[in-house]
Amino acid sequence: MKNRSLVSIADFSKKEIIEILDRAEEFEKQPVRKLLEGKVIATLFFEPSTRTRLSFESAINKLGGKIVGFSDSTNSSVTKGETLHDTIKMVSSYSDLIVMRHPVEGSARFASEVASVPVINAGDGANQHPTQTLLDLYSIRKTQGKLENLNIFMVGDLKYGRTVHSLMMAMSNWNATFNFISPEELKMPDEFKLYLDNMGLKYYEHSDFSDIISKADIIYMTRVQKERFSDPIEYEKVKNVYVLKNDMLDNTKPNMRILHPLPRVNEIHTDVDANPKAYYFDQAQNGVYTRQAILCKLLGIN
Amino acid sequence: MKEPKQLVVSAIQNGTVIDHVPAKQLFKVIQILGLDHIENQITFGTNLESKKLGRKAIIKISEKFFKDDDINRIALVAPDAKLNIIRDYEVVEKRVVEVPDTITGIAKCMNPKCITNFEHVITKFRVVSKKNVALKCHYCEKITNQENLQII
Repeated sequence: MKNRSLVSIADFSKKEIIEILDRAEEFEKQPVRKLLEGKVIATLFFEPSTRTRLSFESAINKLGGKIVGFSDSTNSSVTKGETLHDTIKMVSSYSDLIVMRHPVEGSARFASEVASVPVINAGDGANQHPTQTLLDLYSIRKTQGKLENLNIFMVGDLKYGRTVHSLMMAMSNWNATFNFISPEELKMPDEFKLYLDNMGLKYYEHSDFSDIISKADIIYMTRVQKERFSDPIEYEKVKNVYVLKNDMLDNTKPNMRILHPLPRVNEIHTDVDANPKAYYFDQAQNGVYTRQAILCKLLGIN
Repeated sequence: MKEPKQLVVSAIQNGTVIDHVPAKQLFKVIQILGLDHIENQITFGTNLESKKLGRKAIIKISEKFFKDDDINRIALVAPDAKLNIIRDYEVVEKRVVEVPDTITGIAKCMNPKCITNFEHVITKFRVVSKKNVALKCHYCEKITNQENLQII
């Protein structure tokens, strides 16, 4: 049987997504379980990502698994010119599952075809980062008590932000309404809007924050990065427009929560942190439970 | 008096004639079908006048008959190509090419950050639009469309 990998959120059906979330809920109640005893998990980080790596390693440790790998490709045979193909072939024979972060897009799909063990994509360039999407879904369900019929606001870089694209695709399974708030240069690409049109879902685009956020169930914030702008003047004009401050939250719904994939720079003012509607640090914690559930699912452990 | 009908590229007894190939795509078609590696007799003409294409090419391959899957591979470069199957100098069947649902190993992914442009990986695409050809990369999931289409 071909090993099951998780490369893109589209690899999991709606039913499987729910299974993962239910499983993660179990792990939240009891995170330490020796389900991966005797298993070796490879964490191959061809580019550094401290948060994602620590979250995976924490999940593996809580399950009693052992970790081999590297956190930066400068310490690996990649610097000697080894191809990804050969690295994956080799690591397949040392481990039961591979967690991989790589700067090249499509590298995870390729690795999953080369590997004889399951591969979890922990980010392949600007392409996919499905474990982030699953933990976002977990956070949404946990804070809202459901996934159906929610009003999701996405703010910031909606053009290049892979997390917003995957989350939007995933939430389209549950009849969400979307509100996109972004500068002109970083608007949601047409292909995704077309996708929503085809799904018959409603979306609205805005160029700045307004009273409209009083309708939000979830505000999903992202970084507006300077290097995304062809014109630096454009960046200077918009850089402070997409900053969420505490006093803007006064009229928002009681159930509303603010999510952010982190790291943040200045797009959420620190005065928001103490507000009970700020959920981004809990969201990061949920990542550990969700990854525990994903590891077990792909290894066929019940 | 009737003009004698002259063929620029002489007739074949048995085999396949590929007509209405855009002149500038002739060698791509030869490459995609692997005609440069086979032993069959092949004759071709190019820069011939065509009302439809301006300048067209025609290829005649003796004793060679293609499967649909094979011939459809040329649809990306010669969407209007027509095939005549010849038996004993007679056209016994006419076929048109059709863009297939998946394309393997012919087109290059336009995304410079795609793994297929870094390492030896055979490209693979799902055809998301056949009319204005748009290919979705199996690896990086980015779209390559007609304007950026490059044949490997």
